Amino acid sequence: MKTTLSWLKQHLETDADLATLSARLTMLGLEVDGIEDRGAALAPFTVGYVVSADQHPNADKLRLCKVDTGNETVQVVCGAPNARAGLKIVFAPSGSTIPRTGLVLKPSEIRGVASNGMMCSAYEMGLSDDHEGIIELPADAPVGQPFAAVMGLDDPMLDIKITPNRADCLGVRGIARDLAAAGVGSLKPLAVEKIAGRFASPVRIHIADAAAKDCPLFVGRVIRGVRNGPSPAWLQERLTSIGLRPISTLVDITNLATFDLNRPLHVFDVGKLTGDLTVHPAAGGETMLALNGKEYALEAGMIAISDESGVVSLGGVMGGEATGCDENTVDVLIEAALFDPIRTAETGRRLNVQSDARYRFERGVDPAFVFDAIEIATRLVLDLCGGEPGEVTATGAEPDWRRSITLRPQRVQSLGAVAVPDEAISRILSHLGCSVVKTGADFTVSLPSWRADIEGEADLVEEVLRLHGYDHIPAVPLLPVGALPGQAVDASQRRAGLVRRTLAERGLNEAVTYSFMSSVLLGVGNHSLFGTVDPSLMVANPISSDLDIMRPTILPNLLTAAQRNADRGYGDVALFELGPQYRDDTPGGQSLVAAGIRHGRTARKLWRDAGAPVDAFDAKADAFAALAAAGAPVENLQVTADPPGWYHPGRGGSIRLGPKNVLAHFGEIHPRLVGELGLKGPVAGFEVYLDAVPPAKAQKGRPLLKPSPFQPIERDFAFLVDTAVTAEAVLRAARGADKKLVTEVRLFDVYTGQGVPEGKKSLALTVTLQPVEATLTDEAIEAVSKTVVAQVVKLTGASLRG
Amino acid sequence: MDALEALRSRLLAEIAAADTPVALDQVRVQALGRKGEITGLMKDLGGLDAEARKTAGQALNRLKDEIAAAIDAAQSHLGEAALERRLASERIDVTLPVAYDGAGRIHPISQTIDELTAIFGAMGFHVEEGPHIEGDFYNFEALNIPADHPARQEHDTFYLADKPDGTRKVLRTHTSPVQIRTMLRDKDKLAQGQPIRIICPGRTFRFDHDATHSPMFHQVEGLVIDEKTHMGHLKGCLTEFLRAFFDIDDLPLRFRPSYFPFVKPGAEVDIGCLRSGGELKLGNYGEWLEILGCGMVHPKVLANCGIDPTRYQGFAFGMGIERIAMLKYGIPDLRTFYESDLRWLRHYGFLPLERPSLTGGLSR
Repeated sequence: MKTTLSWLKQHLETDADLATLSARLTMLGLEVDGIEDRGAALAPFTVGYVVSADQHPNADKLRLCKVDTGNETVQVVCGAPNARAGLKIVFAPSGSTIPRTGLVLKPSEIRGVASNGMMCSAYEMGLSDDHEGIIELPADAPVGQPFAAVMGLDDPMLDIKITPNRADCLGVRGIARDLAAAGVGSLKPLAVEKIAGRFASPVRIHIADAAAKDCPLFVGRVIRGVRNGPSPAWLQERLTSIGLRPISTLVDITNLATFDLNRPLHVFDVGKLTGDLTVHPAAGGETMLALNGKEYALEAGMIAISDESGVVSLGGVMGGEATGCDENTVDVLIEAALFDPIRTAETGRRLNVQSDARYRFERGVDPAFVFDAIEIATRLVLDLCGGEPGEVTATGAEPDWRRSITLRPQRVQSLGAVAVPDEAISRILSHLGCSVVKTGADFTVSLPSWRADIEGEADLVEEVLRLHGYDHIPAVPLLPVGALPGQAVDASQRRAGLVRRTLAERGLNEAVTYSFMSSVLLGVGNHSLFGTVDPSLMVANPISSDLDIMRPTILPNLLTAAQRNADRGYGDVALFELGPQYRDDTPGGQSLVAAGIRHGRTARKLWRDAGAPVDAFDAKADAFAALAAAGAPVENLQVTADPPGWYHPGRGGSIRLGPKNVLAHFGEIHPRLVGELGLKGPVAGFEVYLDAVPPAKAQKGRPLLKPSPFQPIERDFAFLVDTAVTAEAVLRAARGADKKLVTEVRLFDVYTGQGVPEGKKSLALTVTLQPVEATLTDEAIEAVSKTVVAQVVKLTGASLRG
Repeated sequence: MDALEALRSRLLAEIAAADTPVALDQVRVQALGRKGEITGLMKDLGGLDAEARKTAGQALNRLKDEIAAAIDAAQSHLGEAALERRLASERIDVTLPVAYDGAGRIHPISQTIDELTAIFGAMGFHVEEGPHIEGDFYNFEALNIPADHPARQEHDTFYLADKPDGTRKVLRTHTSPVQIRTMLRDKDKLAQGQPIRIICPGRTFRFDHDATHSPMFHQVEGLVIDEKTHMGHLKGCLTEFLRAFFDIDDLPLRFRPSYFPFVKPGAEVDIGCLRSGGELKLGNYGEWLEILGCGMVHPKVLANCGIDPTRYQGFAFGMGIERIAMLKYGIPDLRTFYESDLRWLRHYGFLPLERPSLTGGLSR
């Protein structure tokens, strides 16, 4: 909502300066978002008088002018065709900066003649695009004074943020009323003159029963014999001062009422109407060309105003082009009506039409300011366009807006934390237009017609605090909940934090990527690597086509990020994200996942560690580290060679707790996806499903540590097995050989090649034996070793390698 | 006696000449070994009479002790020399570079959430989370934002596809639905005297994408419900938080009336700042910067959650996590938070072991 200082002062009698008004408005909740003070920028430029204008001796198109600046007479060379003696002009002295061009003026010589300062065009002053000639000021402009004041440009414009509840402040008068209530001056009375009609209204207005709720009151008046030309300068300046475009006197009057009094009006050209007007719900399918030049197809239930030819106006939203006023309008019907906020908002939203009327009706206009508005508008039309007023015709009735609310004065203290004396409470509410009656200890507060936003006691507390001043609210420490605060995070949040910092400690950088991704990349609707994606995840109004679905997996976003980094020259990148993935649109469909990728090499080449191309085992290690941090029983997990489709089918796997519960996936990324994303690779990734990891046991005590006093013994074995035999099978067989003595089996070498037959591989193990009761004898060690070999041979078909 | 003196001189000379442990050992064997010269002379003493044996024995023992000491001294000297030579030969180029920073970095959003959790945790808050895809009731209706309320237009909502029954899910535009879910869940505990005191950090979504808006961003909201908490507590709580978070003891706060449908009275909070030369500095400088919105929970919201508004009251607040992180750490551009640019992550990110706490210190 914009206003100028002088406009505000039309309604507010005050001595307060701009800074004070602005500060008070902000602290009243009418936040001043910006102040445009053109006068300040134009202050160096003054009114000058052209004493003489002679031909430049050395240039045909230049004139040599003597300019009286008020202090002195200077010589100015000027090329403007309208520079002539006796003219009042805008003078820019040496040292000033031209607003539009940024040029700093200096005394100079033009074609051999000295020139001091400049006579300016409207273009140079930043006032318009007109640079045909210099500005011609009125003959009575005072020489030496700032020209901005002469042209009415010294009026600062305030841009005020009006919150959606303060419909009453969508007119300048409402803002003035709030300031007056806060003690910043007094509100000037609004002149309303009752003008007698001289003829019965030739247009009758009906409100269909079905529209009575959405349009409870329609007041109209015909004025005949008007002349509708451009509006007078004061009205045009008023509108342009807040960025509105003057159109014609009748239309400008409606806009003035809208922005001055928060009272949207509409004017019909009676000559273009066919018969009477009816306000009714649209049947659906009607069309109307609106004043903004767009045609709208109405939906059933929208409030239409129709004459016998069809719809002529969308109630509360926008009038029709066909019945609008223009320079040929002779008879005009002024409409002041009430439209339901919700209906107006819905119509505006469904038709996607924004208008100053819609903006106000959907927030709620003053239901008791309809008849007065017609009289004020009539006065303006008669004064500016002439004509003869008809009788006011009113259909429907003013809705009952009278309400009262009980305010317990101590509520201001118990809710707002400020002790405000009863007298002050009463005074503040009265200034806001309420009538306040003390009933026992409590106040009965009757609300003014323009404050529909006040619904209950809490609203009144806010009004009292607001006008008393929020600065009075003290800072009081929260009541303590106990001697020590409890744990702020629950077990799963704590676990997620551990996983996050564990992965980062392993060298992965944490990324935060959008919850959105591209459905095209997912191949939604086609057979794809990602299988079937639930269509409920599609965003109906995506911000862009590549962010049109809620991600069912995090990896593609990380892969895309890796590709961007690679494009910037950072090919070795390790990223992880701990965030949501979505299975469907239900709350249960969202789960927390730790996902990561490594691209390029494991480490940057250094003299003693060249690093290596990343592979599935780097991702597997990350996944296990995350699982361990999450408290998963990593000793009991199984790894199976069945990754989901976005991994390389032969180089990825699942990590399971039992056959059904998949805790993680890992592997090299499917080459098709790598290629589609333009990655060079190699690239491996993992996904750990944190919600699938069983919660840690509540018990905090650890089992008793029983360290053996005897040294452990290590024995190495090498087995030849078929290549299809998994390492896990061999390790499990060795571990199971003597569950008491064998405490660890470590695979230290995997070999194929020379010395190993085709179709076989060599696996070398270190088996740790931990004696518990006594040092092992050579015979005992030999016996266990034999059992280990026998078990591995029996369970995996291996042979001991010689 | 001359023979003994000659032997002494010769052995001492040989000890002095031995330049390796092996050569020295040869001298020792030759002199003191089982068949050594001094050992031999000792054996010969048996043939002398008692008096002569005593004199010669004493002389021989002196010689034996002297030679043994000389060998020990020479041995120790040789050991020292050998160590010296070894140390002189074992030199590395200590300027060869090492890889010492293998750790990745924690994203500023996570770090900021951990920081604000530490601060609010100390004030008795705990963390609640909830779904991002929400129903209209939780994101709007329960929060006193009915359909076609002008406040909805300010929310720039993302919608999912229409359902056959005409409803549609929304992406939550704030984390307030978590407040609603918590109140609905904990209303009975409240009646049993357990106050509600939660913060809700998390992802939020708005249909807006430009230099200062991202379609996804993070918010933290707070909620306190009991029978006594008033606007002064709200101001006290936020003052403590903002001063601790920004580490500015005298950071001034200003409460300004404002409007959010789910609070009444409502306020926006400004903090002190100074704008000069394109730089923004927080502190007690007389200028103001808007930082968050807050207020006393609207009676209708309490009622919508089954909480009696005539008995219970409390406050709620909400702020942008990226925004406070940008202010605290001098990060200039919102959009960079989601770009996963390795250079950015390593520059603005945090070491994984740098876990913020009030006792151990917030992030540097």
